[in-house]
Amino acid sequence: MNERLIAAGEGAPPLSRRSAMSGFRKSTAFADRAFKLTTLLFALAIAGLVVLIVIETARNSTLTLDKFGLSFLWREAWDPVREEFGALPFIYGTTVSSLIALAIAVPVSIGVGVFLVEHAPRRLASPVSFLVQLLAAIPSVVYGLWGVFVLAPVLGEHVYPRIQSALGFLPAFKGSISGLGLLTAGIILSIMIVPIVTTVTVDILRAVPATQREAALALGATKWEAAQVVLQNARSGITGAVILGLGRAVGETMAVTMVIGNRPEISASLFDPSSTIASAIANEFTEATSDVYLSALVELGLILFVLTFAINALARLLVWAATRRMGQPESA
Amino acid sequence: MTKCIHTAHWILLFLVAIALLSLTFYGCGPSGTREVRLQGAGATFPNPLYQKWFSEYNKAHPDSKFDYQSIGSGGGIKQITSRTVDFGGSDAPMKDDELRAAPGEILHIPTVLGAVVVTYNLPGVSGELKLTPELAAAIFLGTVKTWNDPVIAAANPGAALPASDITVVHRSDGSGTTFVFTDYLSKVSAEWKERVGTGTAVSWPAGIGAKGNEGVTQQVKQTPNSVGYVELLYAEQNKLPAAHLKNSAGEFVRPSLDSITAAAAGAAGHMPDDLRVSITNAPGNSAYPISSFTYLLVYKEQQDAAKGTALVDFLWWATHDGQQMARDQLYAPLPREVVERTELKIEAIAHQGKPLRTGQP
Repeated sequence: MNERLIAAGEGAPPLSRRSAMSGFRKSTAFADRAFKLTTLLFALAIAGLVVLIVIETARNSTLTLDKFGLSFLWREAWDPVREEFGALPFIYGTTVSSLIALAIAVPVSIGVGVFLVEHAPRRLASPVSFLVQLLAAIPSVVYGLWGVFVLAPVLGEHVYPRIQSALGFLPAFKGSISGLGLLTAGIILSIMIVPIVTTVTVDILRAVPATQREAALALGATKWEAAQVVLQNARSGITGAVILGLGRAVGETMAVTMVIGNRPEISASLFDPSSTIASAIANEFTEATSDVYLSALVELGLILFVLTFAINALARLLVWAATRRMGQPESA
Repeated sequence: MTKCIHTAHWILLFLVAIALLSLTFYGCGPSGTREVRLQGAGATFPNPLYQKWFSEYNKAHPDSKFDYQSIGSGGGIKQITSRTVDFGGSDAPMKDDELRAAPGEILHIPTVLGAVVVTYNLPGVSGELKLTPELAAAIFLGTVKTWNDPVIAAANPGAALPASDITVVHRSDGSGTTFVFTDYLSKVSAEWKERVGTGTAVSWPAGIGAKGNEGVTQQVKQTPNSVGYVELLYAEQNKLPAAHLKNSAGEFVRPSLDSITAAAAGAAGHMPDDLRVSITNAPGNSAYPISSFTYLLVYKEQQDAAKGTALVDFLWWATHDGQQMARDQLYAPLPREVVERTELKIEAIAHQGKPLRTGQP
């Protein structure tokens, strides 16, 4: 650290440098250590916080952990009056709405990513990526409002009936249509995760060494074929980006709560209302008066925490592995 | 580099300045008249009225300040039990075991009345729908599935009921409104009581869930052939129709401030000494059957004399002068019989055994 400081001071006039430097060094030696310790403390605080959250949620859900044990994960009942609780309908709703979101968002994001990195002229690339980033800046409750007032009615009146008349023989598109439900939640979520998946995809594609593109083009590949080569190389990194999007979708609360229909039930139809872990907690926490009820909600939180933690860890690992492997030859 | 050190000095100076400033403010804060600040938390339903009350009361009594966080009845009960607030608010009276868990005796002071109405969106149907208790239960149980069901047609002769499916909209969040509504359905339908029961959140046999009164209102408004339940206020403000319900005297009653107050008057005779009572399905020809009190929860023994006095004075004002203001805000005022019972409770509030009520309003 000190050597670097001196190196940084190299440009100062040589006469005054020596005396100024020795005084300076004494005063910074302590500040340096203090600075290092403080930042270390901050870093440790984050780790400590994570551990504390796990301990606290586990401690506050002991009632249901004891009462239902692991069966909480596959019980279907959610009846606050009789204090029968199970997480399965929420796990189902969370998983399916997130998967719908991925199915829509991933092709779009990869397309946008490839366009931005491989094709877009600079004057088009920056406004497009700015707009994509802007999507991430819109508060989730605004998406929810838009979902309730605009998207759900349009889907319920014009889009879903058409899907049903064409594909109604599939169990996924049977049943009555209200506009609110799993599919609508998935569509809202897909818009919300496009920014993060796109941004990470762009970073990954940029990390692919330019030599690869050049090599492909030099061998006579078309732009499309060159892009395929690049995507091939970026595969695991993009997988990471997708999983990062999944992590976001799984934990999204406000917008989903407003359009999913909030019904803890497992139903084959995507038009039917459902409920996610996050929306259940947001909905029911304020008036959860009995201890068992509260404990069940906290345990849902614990499940969500473990789930998102695992998803994020996996994603980071993949992105890290991909950028490191590809980044090395470039910097060497 | 020296620039950095300068910055550090500036930050230090800034912190010192803030410290000094805060000291000065601390010094001059409590000077002058002794201001009392009371904190409350609880039910969301009476919140608009309470805010109005507090601001009006504060104009007349500048040294008493009231704050109220509308976090829900459950939160209100929790916070008054742990004494983190000076008063709580709840739509449902506290249960026996909740009262036992409190560190002191908690009194229930009814402030105003509310009602839950069954609202609907039926294009082409003019005039209000009439519902019998059994019918209301059957619709929300999902056993009556279409609007032209003979049972609905029998109760509404002449109405052009569509042959479409009924979309039930209920609350997705736990709520005092749900408590009152399910309390009513449990009283009038054995099947409801057995299959669903009473609670701030229940396992709904049918329909979709929307968050808050405003969420249900919005959903009913934009979904044709839907039915939901909301506080009267929301139906009125959004110009949604409210079904007439058949009460225990066999009359179909339109929900209105008068029919709600009538329900409270009808139930007043059966009110227990601690005023904890459910007035759903109340007796009386003109009583609207899904009505309820909303309560403020206060400790009988106040720990701070100044705060206790301010609280007692406010409660007296709210249950007397405040009642007219309630009507303007679409809350039903307490009937005279209930105000008289409430006065006894307010007079019982004491500090170190000495009643705090001084006789002035």
